[in-house]
Amino acid sequence: MDQKVSRVEMEEVVIRFSGDSGDGMQLTGTLFSDTSALLGNGVSTFPDYPSEIRAPQGTVGGVSGFQVHFGSKKINTPGDFCDVLVAMNPAALKANWMWVKKGGTIILDADTFNEKGLVRAGYETLDPVAELNLDDFHLIFANITTLTKESLKESEMDNKSIVRCKNMFTLGMVYNMFDRPMLHTEEYLVKKFAKKPGLAAANMKVLKDGYNYAGNIQAMPNRFRVEPATRDKGTYRNVNGNTATAWGLIAAAEKAGLPLFCGSYPITPATEILVELAKRKDLGVKTLQAEDEIAGICTSIGAAFAGNFAVTSTSGPGLSLKSEAIGLAVMAELPLVVVDVQRGGPSTGLPTKTEQSDLLQALWGRNGECPMAVVAASTPSNCFDYAFMAGKLSIEHMTPVMLLTDGFISNGSQPWKIPSMSSYPAITPPVVPVGTADYYPYKRNPETLARGWALPGTPGLEHRIGGLEKDALKGSVSHNPMNHQVMVETRANKVERMQNYIPEQDVIGDTEGDLLVIGWGGTYGHLVSAVNLLRAEGKKVSLCHIHYINPLPKNLGDIFKSYKKLVVCELNMGQMANYLRMSYQKFDYKQMNKVQGLPFTVAELTDKFNEILEGK
Amino acid sequence: MADFKTLTPQDFKSDQEVKWCPGCGDHAILSSVQKALPEVSEALKYTKERYVFVSGIGCSSRFPYYMNTYGFHGIHGRASAIATGIKVANPTLSVWQITGDGDALAIGGNHFIHAVRRNIDINILLFNNEIYGLTKGQYSPTSKLGSITKTSPFGTVEHPFRPGELVIGAQGKFFARSIDVEVKLTSEILVEAAKHDGTSVVEILQNCVIFNDHTHGNITDREFRDDRVIVLHHGEKMVFGKQRDKGLVLDGQGLRLKVVTIGQDGYTLDDLLVHDETNPNPGLHMMLVNMEYPEYPVALGVIRMVKDSTYDDNVRDQVIEVQRNAKIHNMDELLHSGETWEVE
Repeated sequence: MDQKVSRVEMEEVVIRFSGDSGDGMQLTGTLFSDTSALLGNGVSTFPDYPSEIRAPQGTVGGVSGFQVHFGSKKINTPGDFCDVLVAMNPAALKANWMWVKKGGTIILDADTFNEKGLVRAGYETLDPVAELNLDDFHLIFANITTLTKESLKESEMDNKSIVRCKNMFTLGMVYNMFDRPMLHTEEYLVKKFAKKPGLAAANMKVLKDGYNYAGNIQAMPNRFRVEPATRDKGTYRNVNGNTATAWGLIAAAEKAGLPLFCGSYPITPATEILVELAKRKDLGVKTLQAEDEIAGICTSIGAAFAGNFAVTSTSGPGLSLKSEAIGLAVMAELPLVVVDVQRGGPSTGLPTKTEQSDLLQALWGRNGECPMAVVAASTPSNCFDYAFMAGKLSIEHMTPVMLLTDGFISNGSQPWKIPSMSSYPAITPPVVPVGTADYYPYKRNPETLARGWALPGTPGLEHRIGGLEKDALKGSVSHNPMNHQVMVETRANKVERMQNYIPEQDVIGDTEGDLLVIGWGGTYGHLVSAVNLLRAEGKKVSLCHIHYINPLPKNLGDIFKSYKKLVVCELNMGQMANYLRMSYQKFDYKQMNKVQGLPFTVAELTDKFNEILEGK
Repeated sequence: MADFKTLTPQDFKSDQEVKWCPGCGDHAILSSVQKALPEVSEALKYTKERYVFVSGIGCSSRFPYYMNTYGFHGIHGRASAIATGIKVANPTLSVWQITGDGDALAIGGNHFIHAVRRNIDINILLFNNEIYGLTKGQYSPTSKLGSITKTSPFGTVEHPFRPGELVIGAQGKFFARSIDVEVKLTSEILVEAAKHDGTSVVEILQNCVIFNDHTHGNITDREFRDDRVIVLHHGEKMVFGKQRDKGLVLDGQGLRLKVVTIGQDGYTLDDLLVHDETNPNPGLHMMLVNMEYPEYPVALGVIRMVKDSTYDDNVRDQVIEVQRNAKIHNMDELLHSGETWEVE
């Protein structure tokens, strides 16, 4: 049978796995993307899951999805629409069918499409195909649950455990359809179930049966093949944004020769940073799961005072709670990296959905004149670089730095060419040496304006600092009016002077043209894809993606001058646009904003850019 | 580390003018600390640069400015968290938190109980004046029920915390109590607190001369203090009174304490309880910390001092243990750990 199936080369494919939040779709998607990455494909992923861990079974609210986009070229986004949708129940179909390309394939577990399942998912009729008008799609109704039970009927497992293996059946089917080897998944299963070899064997059997089943039914008219992407030579790994962030912070600590301390409190979608750091006792990382967000940052401030490289990780609601303490770190002029993995707000908002609406909070969400350096990562893997740079700036300039990421890049993963630590710059903490005769707490480096870091335990440098305004040199409490003016200006200047230590802004595309697309943060993949599409059509569009937000790069105004039109694209109501209006007032900034808890799609971006180019 | 030299109270005085109100109990507490630290230094071989004083907000929280040591004046309620971070970052430091009843038990209540629960090796000096002084006279979580203050003109309608009860409830291992003016007793207690590994909470009944004068007066006034307090010493009989003729026993069923007079109702010195501060069972310690005048004398001295593992030691030990068997020793090794693949 297999020989008759033709192989079709495809440049890129998007698959969306969806099911109940207990169906194991995140794992299934991850295993598929890891396998593809190991084959050398370009990969980008997007987990999309509800904030309830186990929402009522079979309801649309409980659907968990994982989209993977892989191809024979560099992949920048998880893809707008999918070629293949896996829907493990009627709810998953209902929640996701609109994301399937016309003519795309939908794999369904036929066993779940019964009256009970359909009613629970809120269908109005018992014919989902007609109700959703799915005639244009290639539907594969497979009895996945029954086949999984059949596959394991000889095993001694109970029914519940058997049914739980059905995601492996599905994965096997998709492996067959896209000609993927199963070796990596087998290795994973053996490792995961090292203490339960029976479970590993059961999962493997189901995986293989699913693989063969897809071949036997000729699930796809063609078997698709996606060739490896051509990439730079080197060693690669997969990484998601939160792991890359955690590792970037460890890397900064190593370069600075300081122990890393992280005081933090679990919060979606930032928790994984704390989880990853907690594993790294081997590298001497100390994590303290605090009693609340405030204690998270305050333990870190204490650790910074005592001479550790201190960080804290959170998301929007937690950042609100940390505001007062960030002010303390600004006032005390201590190094501290605050990582904010943004999610939909306000308040509890959309915990598992992405948004970029904490920008103004990051910049200004504190009492008093309280300047904060702000850096934003833009891809899962460059979270490593920007976490590293946030650490370097914070330590060398003795001031807190905010690192902004978001739910999209923190959970998304991509292949990453592993860097060598020797390619990263040195970090030199301005520690005051023992025996410094004329030490004063607020004596500054004339270039950076950083004060010296005198560590408790050093003889002769005893001093007191804190949240009250301090004398500009001696650090004793001062309510002197002119002294306060000097200190406010100095703290602002210190952050401004970081401009001399950050790279100039670069532009993707020509350095002049009709339209400059301005973005920041996790929208990079979609923006660069949209800009590249239009450029391929000969349009004079370039992308300016900002990573250093406060201070902004020196040359930004010069870049803006060289384009006829500017459009600021962001997943909020225009926070960066307004910030740029303040910072570079003479330009007219058009806006592209979206607040749906979802990334941009490339299609809606190109539409908008075309509209602007056409002068609409 | 500098060579060890004998320190004096003078070594711990900073050049800052002490700005508490004349007559404030804080002056005496400052003296007690400056008196205690040379003894602590002698006993534990600590040099001056190892001391760090951390505070939150309130009158008491100005304390670090008056100590010629490392100091950090934090934000309201957060001193326990800041002190915790300092101790974990550098466990060789001797960390002292100065706090008040508002700072520690209202806005900072959460951090306070969690520091105690973790048993991190810091010393918390809780100045309890049952009032908010720095904001000029509002009731605090320790103000007695019915207290008339600026924000309770008709009397408070809420029950106060008893700090010792809270500490033991949070699994505290060290609790002691003193009175601001008892400089000798306070400094003795502070030496014990410093020697104790784990969170040491020392409640100091402190007088706010401006907004809550004499709040502790019915037990601290000299003329009757000896009859209304009992100073506990480990291994000694629980005796008190000007004539040293009163003491504590457990009543018939052992469920509550009872004050007895030696020579009355057949009680002799031998019948009195012997103080055991090291008893892990918190039952009797809870009864002692909760004794209130007039039914009982108020307990002073070290009431509870129980050995247990500390948070900072556990953190250190875990790092050492993991590193002993570690396969990853630096960032490059971490980057290459797990699944990787080559592109030729």
